[in-house]
Amino acid sequence: MRRNWFRRFTGVRNRGINPQGFHVSQLKFYLLLLPLAVFMLLPIVFIFSSAFKPPDELYAYPPRFFVVNPTFKNFTDLFSKMSSSGVPVSRYLFNSVVITLVAVAASILVSSTAAYALSKKRFKLKQTLFAVNTVALMFVPIAVTIPRFLVIERLNLLDTFWVHILPGLAMPVGLFLLKQFMDSIPNEVIEAAQIDGASDVQIYWRIILPMIRPAIATIAILTFQAAWNNAETSALYVNTESLKTFAFYLSTLTTATTGANAVAGQGIAAAAALIMFLPNLIIFILLQSQVMSTMSHSGLK
Amino acid sequence: MPPKTSFQKWLRRKGSAYGFLSMYALLFFVFIVVPVLAAFLLSFTFFDTIQFPRFIGLHNYIALITQDDTFMRYVLPNTIQFAVIVGPGGYALAFLLAWVLAQLPRIPRTLFALILYSPSMTSGVAMAVVWKTLFSGDQIGYLNSFLMNLGIVQEPIQWLQSPDYLMTIMIVVTLWSSMGIGFLAMLAGILEINPELYEAAALDGVSSRWQEIFYITIPSMKPQMLFGAVMAIVGTFQAGAIGVTLSGSNPTPQYAGQLIVNHIEDYGFLRYEMGYAAAVSVVLLLMVLFFTRLSNHLFASEE
Repeated sequence: MRRNWFRRFTGVRNRGINPQGFHVSQLKFYLLLLPLAVFMLLPIVFIFSSAFKPPDELYAYPPRFFVVNPTFKNFTDLFSKMSSSGVPVSRYLFNSVVITLVAVAASILVSSTAAYALSKKRFKLKQTLFAVNTVALMFVPIAVTIPRFLVIERLNLLDTFWVHILPGLAMPVGLFLLKQFMDSIPNEVIEAAQIDGASDVQIYWRIILPMIRPAIATIAILTFQAAWNNAETSALYVNTESLKTFAFYLSTLTTATTGANAVAGQGIAAAAALIMFLPNLIIFILLQSQVMSTMSHSGLK
Repeated sequence: MPPKTSFQKWLRRKGSAYGFLSMYALLFFVFIVVPVLAAFLLSFTFFDTIQFPRFIGLHNYIALITQDDTFMRYVLPNTIQFAVIVGPGGYALAFLLAWVLAQLPRIPRTLFALILYSPSMTSGVAMAVVWKTLFSGDQIGYLNSFLMNLGIVQEPIQWLQSPDYLMTIMIVVTLWSSMGIGFLAMLAGILEINPELYEAAALDGVSSRWQEIFYITIPSMKPQMLFGAVMAIVGTFQAGAIGVTLSGSNPTPQYAGQLIVNHIEDYGFLRYEMGYAAAVSVVLLLMVLFFTRLSNHLFASEE
């Protein structure tokens, strides 16, 4: 009995890649990871802690990292506040929610239809177009902010709802991951459906979409992060205050670095930062196993 | 009903493929291809957004190399320093951490992966709140208070306004949030490797874990390594706004944290010299292209 117990932690099966259980040789990895995990988590714990701090703790000297008397005051303050131009904070949040939902849905539709064509259809430009998309993986949007501004201006998209959505929809990484994942679906499945007389749209909707759920979850997360965290679009392309996003509102809170505004705003800014961060975290936790199974198809050959 | 004309035939066979592609292709063309081409074309012009762009040949590029003192003295060295540490550094760190995580059973592995990945979920604007408090320049700042308690510094330091520290803080903050999608891809890649390869290697005399990494792990997951590399390169250059976010001003204090991305914004949106800004954009895109080519050479799969 004792021997078996001992073997559980020293057995060969528990060594090396992807072990089944604990092994003494893993201790060194835990020792390495634990301090690092603490370092990675500190700033995030700090958001949680600050968001619930009452004012006297926010400006206490010496500063204290953890909250002692947690309160929701920062959150109630945040939502009773108006921006300097008279738009209530809930309006920014509402915009962000709507924009993010539409962007995620549209991005799934746009990328998955294109991935279906590139993965399962035969046509002349297929290889070329996929190669172009692969090159575009290294596209750095921030580098072409200015020509993008000119394009958006020409299309009369400035200061509209759609300027939040459209420019981000063509996401090369998203298409790439979806296409690679779709390649793992055997062609026989589709041929069988064709013999049964299914149309392309039916195949896409009834067969492909249910089979690529993990990849869809992954690009949903990527689009979610991009859209939800986007403050730049509001700053560069939108003038109407009531069309701007929550992320943008948060950035106006943090740019006030000096004076009374900075002092008053710190707790509110922390509360807003927590509201920004939490949805990202929750969605990733819910979908992480899907993301990992998509990532195993992510190789770039 | 059988199709009649050849167009209908084409439509039936190939048309749907193009139909499925059309939405993505259109958006890709409008928001990626056109801006890149426009940047390229504008880089040969003088353009102040009011008058029509005037062709001036290579003048912008020549000015960039010979006259732009700020670019040569601060922006280029800063960008190279930042990119070399954050790019390969963050990439190596991501691989090593992924490898370490792969040595753990599933539940602790998932937990640690989540913790390491979570910083990359945060947005720049949300984290600005945190960095500004942690690195605050007065004695209420956490870092100052901590160091003063230990007696390491006597006076509070203006971390984010000081040219001596801004770059270091930018690098730490960016590395902190660099365990992103490339890291997850490499973790998945390591876990996918057939365990029999390791057994075979052990029989062939591969004994240490380091040998295992170099002879088995990396060669078996080159595609994921390449994907991770591309993501690291893009992430590095994309992270360029961090200096402005932290210091709250563009240009950053004494140009200490000025990266090429900030230089583009400085000329494009603050001085309205769009043609010149476009030339700088093209240089940035070429830098990304160069580094991606380089990693292609390192990790190309032999066919």
